[in-house]
Amino acid sequence: MGLAKRIIPCLDVDKGRVVKGVNFVGIRDAGDPVEIAKRYNDQGADEITFLDITASHEGRETTVHMVEAIAEQVFIPLTVGGGIRELDDIRRMLNAGADKVSINSAAVYNPEFVKAASEKFGAQCIVVAIDAKQVDDHWEIFTHGGRKPTGINAVEWAVKMEQYGAGEILLTSMDRDGVKSGFDLGVTRAIADAVNIPVIASGGVGNLDHLVEGVKEGHADAVLAASIFHFGEYTVQEAKQHMAAAGIEMRLD
Amino acid sequence: MSSTFCAVIDYGMGNLHSAHGALQTVAPDTKVVVTSDPEVILKADHVVLPGVGAIRDCMAEIRAQGIDQVVAEVRKTKPLLGICVGLQAMMDHSEENGGVDCMGLFPGQVKFFGHDLYENGEHLKVPHMGWNQVQQVAHPLWSGIADNSRFYFVHSYYVAAEKPEQVKGRGHYGVDFAAAMGEDNVFAVQFHPEKSHNAGLALLRNFLAWDGQA
Repeated sequence: MGLAKRIIPCLDVDKGRVVKGVNFVGIRDAGDPVEIAKRYNDQGADEITFLDITASHEGRETTVHMVEAIAEQVFIPLTVGGGIRELDDIRRMLNAGADKVSINSAAVYNPEFVKAASEKFGAQCIVVAIDAKQVDDHWEIFTHGGRKPTGINAVEWAVKMEQYGAGEILLTSMDRDGVKSGFDLGVTRAIADAVNIPVIASGGVGNLDHLVEGVKEGHADAVLAASIFHFGEYTVQEAKQHMAAAGIEMRLD
Repeated sequence: MSSTFCAVIDYGMGNLHSAHGALQTVAPDTKVVVTSDPEVILKADHVVLPGVGAIRDCMAEIRAQGIDQVVAEVRKTKPLLGICVGLQAMMDHSEENGGVDCMGLFPGQVKFFGHDLYENGEHLKVPHMGWNQVQQVAHPLWSGIADNSRFYFVHSYYVAAEKPEQVKGRGHYGVDFAAAMGEDNVFAVQFHPEKSHNAGLALLRNFLAWDGQA
């Protein structure tokens, strides 16, 4: 008996539609976000995360309405990330029905924003997203979808973000995202062991054993995946059964 | 006695969309309103006290808007459900934010899980975030929900009840804590039923069908 590890399907959203790229290019349309969120809810997803990749301001309004529509029909926690730069962005998403927001580049450019957000809305709803890539013998933070190096050490950054009030870390390995060869277990474990807040592993899931590895070897508290669920390769329930069979505590009811 | 009118108390602490949506979903014929108006709250058949964020801010708003007096009145007369910080606000005192006095509906303290929390040698993360089991103590609000079902929690502070008989659901995360408290017509939970999928919706449905008799 204890806290279950979580499976979090992730929906990349562009102007109200779910998409998923491979290495952030070559985007394929995967469908209507409300329908997909309901499907994952029915399959036993523990949470759902939306990453808004919409560039335009008008497109973002569409995302707010999408979150409202989903929050009325889906009764598990919802996280929204992408384009969260100001306290007002957070307020709008929480008011629309999101439970947490994920802050990425804005944290890198202005760490004080994380502190202000956490003080204002509570650490429980502030997720800091870290996009990391291996550089020589360590991992560095990258921004702009993995194109722009920052020179910041990813493990040190995670510790700093915890001190600044992050309630959770969403760690994406940029080398792995969309390539289906499994999580980067090295950086996942290094960060999960370095912080006292939950860590969500993301990037690279191609099969169900990868999810097991993320928890058992990467020490992640939750695992996030997109395309293996979007295109019907596996259901969330199959993934949970597989992880439970590997001895991981899961919510199966 | 099924509810025809349910008030969700809004004291300016965060989004009540989900609580409202979940209650309305389980009881389409019940009028569910989000309100801070004491008159409306006192007219309702069932009252929900939610809460998110830091206890100091919550208690400040509760006092500034007179919600504490409304809750004291509701407590005498009708079914009342506290959720998350709504539960914590019903205790005597919380050690969050350097120590904050709460409403004192239940004797007991709200304590920090701490950074040295271990279970079988494993270091436990704080906040306690995710789906954990609740061991039930017989109560109408658990009707039809399997014992040890999982609910969604997110909190760094936990309720240490002073009177064991008021604990209606037992949780464990490094330490034993009260996942649900209850006495007479009051029931309060640390988890988020509105975010706890089928088990959570069942609890909300039970609440709206509850006559307040424990």
